[in-house]
Amino acid sequence: MKEGGKLSLFREWQLAVPLALAFAALFLAPLLLLVGVSFYNDEKITQPGFASWLKFYGDPFNYKVIGDTLLLGAKTVCTTVLIGYPLALVYLDLSARLQKVLLFVIVMPLLLSVVVRTFAWIVVLGREGVVNSVLMGLGVISEPLKLLQTELGLVISLTQIEMPLMLLPLISVMSRLDPNLRDASAALGASRWRTLFTVIVPLSMPGLIAGCLLVFASSTTAFISQTVIGGVRLIYLPLVIWQQSLVVYHWPLAAVASLSLVVSVLSVVAALSWAGRRSGGYVNG
Amino acid sequence: MGRRRSFGDVSYGLLIGGLALLAVTIIVAPVVIVLMTSFTEGQALKFPPKGFSLGWYEQLFDPVKSRQIHKTAGNSLWIAAFSTLFGVVLATLAALGLGRSRSRLARVADSLFMSPLVLPGITFGLAALVYFSLLGFRPSIELMIAGHLIVTMPFILRTTTASLSQLDPALLDSSQSLGASWLYTLRRVTLPLIAPGIAAGAFLAFMASIDNVPVSLFLSNARTDTLPIRMWGMMESTLDVRVAAVSGVLIAAAFVLMLIMEWTVGLTRRMRD
Repeated sequence: MKEGGKLSLFREWQLAVPLALAFAALFLAPLLLLVGVSFYNDEKITQPGFASWLKFYGDPFNYKVIGDTLLLGAKTVCTTVLIGYPLALVYLDLSARLQKVLLFVIVMPLLLSVVVRTFAWIVVLGREGVVNSVLMGLGVISEPLKLLQTELGLVISLTQIEMPLMLLPLISVMSRLDPNLRDASAALGASRWRTLFTVIVPLSMPGLIAGCLLVFASSTTAFISQTVIGGVRLIYLPLVIWQQSLVVYHWPLAAVASLSLVVSVLSVVAALSWAGRRSGGYVNG
Repeated sequence: MGRRRSFGDVSYGLLIGGLALLAVTIIVAPVVIVLMTSFTEGQALKFPPKGFSLGWYEQLFDPVKSRQIHKTAGNSLWIAAFSTLFGVVLATLAALGLGRSRSRLARVADSLFMSPLVLPGITFGLAALVYFSLLGFRPSIELMIAGHLIVTMPFILRTTTASLSQLDPALLDSSQSLGASWLYTLRRVTLPLIAPGIAAGAFLAFMASIDNVPVSLFLSNARTDTLPIRMWGMMESTLDVRVAAVSGVLIAAAFVLMLIMEWTVGLTRRMRD
């Protein structure tokens, strides 16, 4: 590092100290405390022990909740890939001007409050909503379909809500691909499907995996969408955390539930990013 | 191309094109539908909306009937403004300090500072609630600002670090070899060049704070409620059509702000790269 101006004691890295202090006091300390609180037995946080962990993991219902939460994330990842990947492919073929417009359309929902996006789906999926009135108008159904408070409705909504998180990394990686590769594949006689699965998909793997990570992490923890569209009968881990902390006021149990959420979501994320690094290595080497 | 279009190529075009069209529809349609519904004359959220009126917007802007909503919107703006302001100062300093460092510690610090983006927000919200309560603090706007600062700062750090890494080091070296002090170089060379990056990050952080639910959910009380929390309450209890009007205002605001940011700092390009 070069000499830092006139003050001899000054080093550039010291500029990061204020942020580091803020993080220690406002981020690390609360999280460590949360881990500590989980090792208390009672709501008043007076008796240390493992009772909260034993209670949470002694209840088979909680295993189902964790499983459902991870499954919800997996389903949302599948639907966002299914329709997001084709959109990213189409993006590549557009003119620069249309690419700008499409990127704007993709990013715009990201800046729109999640509450607004969730509310939009109530209007679309409700009893007198768009889907039901169109289907009944066409005579396809005679009774309104129940779409709100079902997992199907929730997955459809989350697909839109999380879509930008899938598309941004995907488009970012795909637009750096050498277009000659596709032309070469076509010139050598490969069909478009074959080019897609043997050239484009392997090369876009880092972006695809980054998108999957973001969508998975975001949909498994999407408290508002889960409670408003899923209703009270579909129970996921964020709802349990909220109930235990702000309704029942049993903070040690809430701490156990939220640490379980972190560990289960982040271990899937870590496994995926490990797979991503491997596939990246395969492509580059 | 001279090749005859095979069945495979046609099926590719149809399937990929169809799915992409479905994706665009799913992204855009709900937003358009909410906008249309907010202009309904009726008392319920029906589709197609009955008639056209600005009635729900009039109710929304009525200072007496919608006092609560106005107060929560004020809280949201206040919290977003201050958490972004502190975030810009802290993140810019940290990016200047760590941005060009190759040391292991700097990389660890950088991933620590980015970690609120991957940690489930609800976990940090609960942790902050437990921490502040056990320290004896009562819910306040200041605590909300502190909580929002942690979860929105990474956006600023990311864009600022990215624009610092694109900065030509020769510029800084020549400024210094011409005798400019570190501070003068910072003020006249570095900051003007990274300003668009800082601005893009500040914008994203501000929007993330306005939108934040998990942290506000745990740190707010009736007095410090933010707009999203209030809207959540309105959606959970009676489905108040004013939610559609609030949504309409937020959609319009996001649209206009995004156009401005696109023209000034090229926002979408920064988000894509």
